[in-house]
Amino acid sequence: MAAQNLKHAFFCAVITLIISYPILGFNLEAQGINVTLTGAGTSTIVMVLLAAVVVFLFQLFRESVMATLKSIPRPLPQTHKEPVAENKRAKIESRVLTAIIVLALFWPFFVSRGSVDLATLALIYIMLALGLNVVVGLAGLLDLGYVAFYAVGAYTFALLSEYFGISFWMSLPLGALLAALFGLVLGFPVLRLRGDYLAIVTLGFGEIIRILLNNWTSLTGGPNGIGGIPEPTLFGMEFGRHVKEEGNSSFHETFGIAYSGEDKVIFLYLISLVLAVFTALVIRRFMRMPVGRAWEALREDEIAARSLGLSRTSVKLTAFTIGAFFAGFAGTVFASKQGFISPESFVFLESAIILAIVVLGGMGSQLGVILAAIAVTILPELAREFSEYRMLIFGAAMVLMMVWRPQGLMPMRRIHIELKKQE
Amino acid sequence: MLDVQSLSMRFGGLLAVDQVSLEVQEHEIVSIIGPNGAGKTTVFNCMSGFYKPTGGKILFEGQAVQGKPDHKISRLGMVRTFQHVRLFNQMTVVENLLVAQHRHLNTNLIAGLMKTPNYRDREQKSLDRAAYWLDRVGLMDLANREAGNLAYGQQRRLEIARCMVTEPKLLMLDEPAAGLNPAETKDLNQLIVSLKEDYNVSVVLIEHDMSLVMDISDRINVINQGRPLACGTPDEIRQNDDVIKAYLGEA
Repeated sequence: MAAQNLKHAFFCAVITLIISYPILGFNLEAQGINVTLTGAGTSTIVMVLLAAVVVFLFQLFRESVMATLKSIPRPLPQTHKEPVAENKRAKIESRVLTAIIVLALFWPFFVSRGSVDLATLALIYIMLALGLNVVVGLAGLLDLGYVAFYAVGAYTFALLSEYFGISFWMSLPLGALLAALFGLVLGFPVLRLRGDYLAIVTLGFGEIIRILLNNWTSLTGGPNGIGGIPEPTLFGMEFGRHVKEEGNSSFHETFGIAYSGEDKVIFLYLISLVLAVFTALVIRRFMRMPVGRAWEALREDEIAARSLGLSRTSVKLTAFTIGAFFAGFAGTVFASKQGFISPESFVFLESAIILAIVVLGGMGSQLGVILAAIAVTILPELAREFSEYRMLIFGAAMVLMMVWRPQGLMPMRRIHIELKKQE
Repeated sequence: MLDVQSLSMRFGGLLAVDQVSLEVQEHEIVSIIGPNGAGKTTVFNCMSGFYKPTGGKILFEGQAVQGKPDHKISRLGMVRTFQHVRLFNQMTVVENLLVAQHRHLNTNLIAGLMKTPNYRDREQKSLDRAAYWLDRVGLMDLANREAGNLAYGQQRRLEIARCMVTEPKLLMLDEPAAGLNPAETKDLNQLIVSLKEDYNVSVVLIEHDMSLVMDISDRINVINQGRPLACGTPDEIRQNDDVIKAYLGEA
């Protein structure tokens, strides 16, 4: 036993060395046009060795260490708490949610421009994640190309404004509907596939859209992207210093206040907030409607669902289409926020991040997905000081999460339905 | 009301069902029995549209249904249960019953978002029907439990209730008594008879429990190795030499 432990610990230490020495120990330095490889300083080498020793000792005495860890009482003994009654919990939840939304409405007026901008991005991710949650979490269709619909929304707005001068408010429904149409058209042939096969096909679709945008230079500008996308207006009032379009007035002149660049950012934030709340509410309704139950039934047991008269194709198509619709929504807002889009913004990594948000939050759980979306957008910003190790920390957090809480931050909870007792 | 004419099902080189015929009148319980692997469930799978039969005809109320997709057959009023219970495990008991009433509900998305009177009316009706059937099979107290957490016997009853809320004309039960204890089997026996008597549903039954089959069946079809062996009332089957041979082996 002891000999085996020693062997295992030694093995782990060697692995630590093998992995960390090349990552931390070598530096590529540019000198003129040549790149040279320099070795690490003594301090780094000492640190790497120290880490290996720590790993070695931990693995050697792992069992006793874990035993002591377990004997420490948990700070929150949730298991001994009485479960809160169903209706009481629902009341608390709705109050907390209202409070958060009200807070979110006033919050941007007191903080810096940068954080409002970041919050807008978080809201866009919330919309995306809520939409994907319908497809993956509720209907159980693994979609790896979700970003394609996001791209369709964004490019719809960009192209419409560039070629026809159509405003944000007109494009918002158009972008969403066009994305939904793409979802419908893709979904129709594809949804007879299951699981892995569906994942591969959607992955391919996502890439096709990106490559198409990249290469159709005459229309989309290719890798150069499309710039000069207008910001949203408030009843014909623009937020820029000077009015760009004829017939519009400017916000600061109408209200007789000094021009401030922050107005624009805050306005966009508020639009995103309203849209995100709208998305959440609509999907919440859907979940309690027949269609929502049908999604879940089909995920749970397709054969049983079909034997009860549910049509597989139409149920899956609604999920796919509705998911795509909200991605189109988010895409339009994104295009307006950036003012410039290029295919770079719609790579596979985006799909992966949105999927990660859904899984981290807890499949099917709206609150969990919202929390996860906020965490995933904001944490990398907070961890800016460790910029080099950001992705490492992100990955580690993901792995730990899946080990300790595979069901997600807040697993989905079912609503209780009151039945009148029959007399 | 159901007329199966020389049904055949071939999987590659294996003829799983060969020239099986079956007839169900209205207000009748018909059983299909046979040794393990005789092809009973395959017959069911063909009837419910899960397989496309390679030969023969299936007429339901005069309409040919062979080869139709399963959800369409189910909407005509032929609903089945499964040999291994297939519930929506993570959904609650009530939700299981609501899903089953999908086609009775107003599934228009806009109507649902607006909560139109028609939508609410139908939703309430389906809740009432669910409540009625939960009460009928004695699962009222468990209405908001997750279906996967129910005991096996309760899951069996829920599955039957789930079929009944769709308001079928013909119910196909695949080994409903499998895994039940004698007391539960007796309850099931009464339940099936009451489905026929009180709700005017015809029943096709696959079962190994002979006491159940002999008690409630109006007619029995015996299948052996995919071929029809005998057909008749319980008394006739009990005395049929071929059947005895198939079940007990030749002396």
